[in-house]
Amino acid sequence: MSEHIPADQPLVLGAFQFDSRLFLGTGKYATYPQMRDALDISGCECVTVAVRRIPQDEVPGERFLDYLDLDRYTILPNTAGCFDAESALRTARLAREMLDTDLIKLEVLGDQKTLLPEPVDTLHATEVLVKEGFTVLVYTSDDVMQAKRLQEAGATAVMPAGSPIGSGQGILNPLNLRLIIEQATVPIIVDAGVGQASDVAIAMELGADGVLMNTAVAAAQDPLRMARAVNMACKAGRDSFLAGRMDKRMCAMPSSPEKGVIGAGA
Amino acid sequence: MHNQTKLAAKMPAVEESHPTSGESVRINGKNQPWRPDWTVSDLLKELDATGPGVAVERNLEVVRRQNLANTVIQPGDALEVVRLVGGG
Repeated sequence: MSEHIPADQPLVLGAFQFDSRLFLGTGKYATYPQMRDALDISGCECVTVAVRRIPQDEVPGERFLDYLDLDRYTILPNTAGCFDAESALRTARLAREMLDTDLIKLEVLGDQKTLLPEPVDTLHATEVLVKEGFTVLVYTSDDVMQAKRLQEAGATAVMPAGSPIGSGQGILNPLNLRLIIEQATVPIIVDAGVGQASDVAIAMELGADGVLMNTAVAAAQDPLRMARAVNMACKAGRDSFLAGRMDKRMCAMPSSPEKGVIGAGA
Repeated sequence: MHNQTKLAAKMPAVEESHPTSGESVRINGKNQPWRPDWTVSDLLKELDATGPGVAVERNLEVVRRQNLANTVIQPGDALEVVRLVGGG
């Protein structure tokens, strides 16, 4: 029967396109095999990675890249941990050299405690990276005007936080998210704050083009089961959005016919 | 670290022919003794950081892959050697 439902459009981000609208981070898993399996089960096609200094006294062991199938996944490097535009720009350029990719998830943070983005530096870094030919997916708060500024600056996608990074509090301001989505001329990918599968579904039902998550899967009691749950939630939320929900009503309306109930008069 | 300690011990011998020796370079935020004829490729081998997923910045500029072998580290250089790690 489902062949009667038209197929969804792929999500297009610059030169890239994805059938899965779920983006998964690669941090915080207990082991690399667990990360590999969670990515697999989640059905994601694009995964985020971070750029860090090589430790000079590292004990040789398993290598992260050995568990990341570079032929299968599009790698989206981030500038996580950068607290000023300059270090974010330098990180982006190093990532491009490493991966031969123009894709960058730009994060310029403003505060250690909340990890909320620094809006002025974020905008500035977006402008510079766009000029340098990057495909910029930019992390931002759920501020509607800032999202507008970032898309006007040439961001390929705007990535508002549902709630603070790693907090697992879900979508705290669905109204702002809807306002961002309604004015958007570029894809909106909810990034950060997602805590469980229903949060993914809610973001997608609000009309987000995708969801990026990491901790909700990696820090679940059973990460692989959560990876499966968010895979389904992302598809369910997307379908629910495309289906178009019914109008809300103040009072009840019966689903069963009101006429012909036994015991009543003719 | 082992290699670098050994080479640092040899420094006085090099000093005669290289008036600039005894100067340092900054690698990933740490000062280390500079050595003559030391390329970025050499450094990557010492750090066991060859292959894909590694990049180097020298004095705020990315060193392109094709230039790693012919980029000679100069006294006072600031280098960042990075790789990919798990992240969100």
